[in-house]
Amino acid sequence: MSIVTVQLGQCGNQIGHEVFSALCSDIRGTHGLCSRKENESYRDACRERFFCEQESAVPVARAVLVDMEPKVISQTLSTAASSGHWKYSSHSHFCQKQGSGNNWANGYSVHGPRHKEAIMDLVRKEAEKCERLGGFFTIMSVAGGTGSGLGAFVTQCLRDAFPTSFLLNHVVWPYGTGEVIVQNYNSVLTLSHLYHSADALLVHQNDVVHKICAQLMNIKQISFRDVNRVIAHQLGSVFQPAHTAGGGSGYSRNPLGDLMESLVPHPEFRMLGLRNIPQMPESSLPYSTFSWPGLLKHLRQMLIANAHMEEGIDWQVRPPQPGSSIPSTNKPLHFNTSIANLVILRGKDVHGVDLGRFQDPSLYTSWLNPQDAFSAWQTPRAFNKYEKSAALVSNSQFLLQPLDNIVGKAWNMFASKAYLHQYTKFGIQEEDFLDCFTTLEQVISSYTNL
Amino acid sequence: AVSLPFAVGQCGNQVGCRFWDLALREHAAVNKKGIYDEALSSFFRNVDTRSGDNGPDIYKGKICSLKARALLIDMEEGVVNEILQGPLRDVFDSKQLITDVSGSGNNWAVGHKKYGCQYRESIVEKLRKTAEHCDCLQCFFIIHSMGGGTGSGLGTFVLNLLEEEFPEVYRFVTSVYPSGEDDVITSPYNSVLAMKELNEHADCVLPIENESLFEIVNKIHQMINSGKLGSTVKQNSLVTSSAGSAKTLQEKPFDAMNNIVANLLLNLTSSARFEGSLNMDLNEISMNLVPFPRLHYLVSSLTPLYTLADVNVPSRKLDQMFSDAFSRDHQLIQADPKHSLYLACALLVRGNVQVSDLRRNIERLKPSLHFVSWNQEGWKTGLCSVPPVGHSHSLLALANNTCVKPTFIELKDRFMKLYKKKAHLHHYLQVDGMEQTCFSEAVSSLSDLIEEYSELDATKGAPRIYPSRLKIAV
Repeated sequence: MSIVTVQLGQCGNQIGHEVFSALCSDIRGTHGLCSRKENESYRDACRERFFCEQESAVPVARAVLVDMEPKVISQTLSTAASSGHWKYSSHSHFCQKQGSGNNWANGYSVHGPRHKEAIMDLVRKEAEKCERLGGFFTIMSVAGGTGSGLGAFVTQCLRDAFPTSFLLNHVVWPYGTGEVIVQNYNSVLTLSHLYHSADALLVHQNDVVHKICAQLMNIKQISFRDVNRVIAHQLGSVFQPAHTAGGGSGYSRNPLGDLMESLVPHPEFRMLGLRNIPQMPESSLPYSTFSWPGLLKHLRQMLIANAHMEEGIDWQVRPPQPGSSIPSTNKPLHFNTSIANLVILRGKDVHGVDLGRFQDPSLYTSWLNPQDAFSAWQTPRAFNKYEKSAALVSNSQFLLQPLDNIVGKAWNMFASKAYLHQYTKFGIQEEDFLDCFTTLEQVISSYTNL
Repeated sequence: AVSLPFAVGQCGNQVGCRFWDLALREHAAVNKKGIYDEALSSFFRNVDTRSGDNGPDIYKGKICSLKARALLIDMEEGVVNEILQGPLRDVFDSKQLITDVSGSGNNWAVGHKKYGCQYRESIVEKLRKTAEHCDCLQCFFIIHSMGGGTGSGLGTFVLNLLEEEFPEVYRFVTSVYPSGEDDVITSPYNSVLAMKELNEHADCVLPIENESLFEIVNKIHQMINSGKLGSTVKQNSLVTSSAGSAKTLQEKPFDAMNNIVANLLLNLTSSARFEGSLNMDLNEISMNLVPFPRLHYLVSSLTPLYTLADVNVPSRKLDQMFSDAFSRDHQLIQADPKHSLYLACALLVRGNVQVSDLRRNIERLKPSLHFVSWNQEGWKTGLCSVPPVGHSHSLLALANNTCVKPTFIELKDRFMKLYKKKAHLHHYLQVDGMEQTCFSEAVSSLSDLIEEYSELDATKGAPRIYPSRLKIAV
């Protein structure tokens, strides 16, 4: 099954490019560490999922690029083509000239309706090229105007036009300081709208990825490119082919569907966080060896303690003891309760790895069986030169605090009415803001009371 | 997306002239192949002049003849004629000029009411023609001074006109404010009358004070002459006076000062023209820096200073550049943002600077700055990959800060000194369409603006009672 990626705005297009780059480089690599047959199977599955090979010397990404100004798309297309290993279709992009001015209302209420037809036309064409459409993957930032506003509009259009397809939104949350002043408004407006249209939101936070770059990747002068590459690696570790538990011998043919089924049992809870282990500079890889028990021990503690990387984990945090009848309100404050988790193992000796500790009932809310709450996928094919790597996609309280922060700051600004005239001028009124705040407070409340 | 500058009056045109010169140089340095590209199209048309000046526009391919997208307006011919006889003569054609001979006599009313009325149709017509050639018009720039008659009066008339004819296009105004010792006695009248128009019709105003420009030029001179940094002055340096000597400046070095303003505009639009990892367009500047419609006056600072002159100075530490942006020495107006309240701040960096450099410096500088309560992390940032010509990096900071209040209070005081005595009032009132109410409304508008800033200073923007967040029934 194929996935159509929709790249929205500067962030969406820059990350999208890194994702396809990473996927392509991974399948071209010779570090698969598995049998030739397995490798070929993996490669074919990846190609079917993300690339189209009709009448072209190099694989063509199944993607639609959208932006309201031309520079980024232009750069993205040419950089991809110059790689010589893959490219974007020359007919799959849509751009305008004037940008969205970081104004969500401009993206959503003006550009959206104005360009709906042209954009959806491109999406339909791309979807038609797929023998079997597995769903849509959109990439956007929530801070700006295009990715956020136009992105929210396009997501709604995708939902309306493809009501039975899976729709996963990858959203990037901006640095707490220093990107866009109205970023909290734009975030609140975007997230609340996406919550009503998407199946799930997969979140990356710039602050977190930045720390990974600084502490794990040892990059001194961190650029957005570095940040995007880490994000691409993490996304690749989820979306490259893997075998699901009951899936027979072949690679999963419905990755988005499997993801949703594993992780989104209830429509009120759609926010997914992503963790990856290990992460290190490529130059260090040949000198490192890992054991699965070691990796999984760290990954589990990262889940429980809500740590973003394998360094600086708080090992003091423990799940509440089973058997003791502690009411949920007494749970240790720092403990991260999960609704559902998915672990994906890639590389050497994956078979027979013991994942029992991830099924510990104390990790989860009480309303699902631990067997249903936890899923595992695996492949002996190593990913991106890591001899062993594990990814965790989690529907848990990971994003509760950051979301609460964003809503709090946005509310604070809303109370002073600052910048509201910029939104009302394009048709987003105070009541619209209030509706969005209500939606998100509901989400926060739901996750808090797990 | 196109930005369309209007140079109005003597000061405006002198700055404009420097601006076009620098813009051409910047694009020439970046555009090695001579291909007319997206970046060039924001300021220039590419005209096929093989069969004469009225040839068609060429949208792609090799550069034939670059024509500036601009309107040059002056009610005296001196400055505009100089431009048309100088090295930029091929960049403009007569269809872009609106001139008269007698000038405005340093009288806002003459500029605004008399010439406004007289030249309205001509301006609209030329404006439409110019706009027709623009694929996507995003922003107008008005470059003028506030103290005289043409720039101030006719300039603000044009501002009004732009809002009427093209309400969706952003209006940025670069205004040179008169100093206390300005030669023109009636400059306070002209400035306050113009301020009302800026309050009501501009999206963003970048106030500039000559004193600041003068000090910056002096500093650059000190840097060159000190010999400490091992700097050398390049040929055709902006700092050399017409006599060719860079050592002392006998008179006010207007050329060098105008260059600074020209650089401001160049840097402001750099991220819209050139690529980078975090683009910052002009409509984003307006969106992020203007929390309330009338509070749209932005304090600008440029660093490093030597990028404003053709001086080869070895690069100083990157972090120093950020510190300098918050030093009064680098501001284009005399104000004290560090001891006032920030409503919002934008940093536009050019060159080899990455997001970690930005973050590190914001974290470092934040504690010494006071931000309004609802915008504690109020930073808008942009990263443009292309540095200014011959340098590795530069930074433009734009601050919406209550420190502009003293400047406006002083202006109001100077106005009141004259107005109380009704000095020179008759020169204004004898102009058709000009009444005493124009004066009282203008000073009232200025007073209201000052009051808005005072309110923010007093409360730091915090509401008396913080409304608590919405509660959800569990």
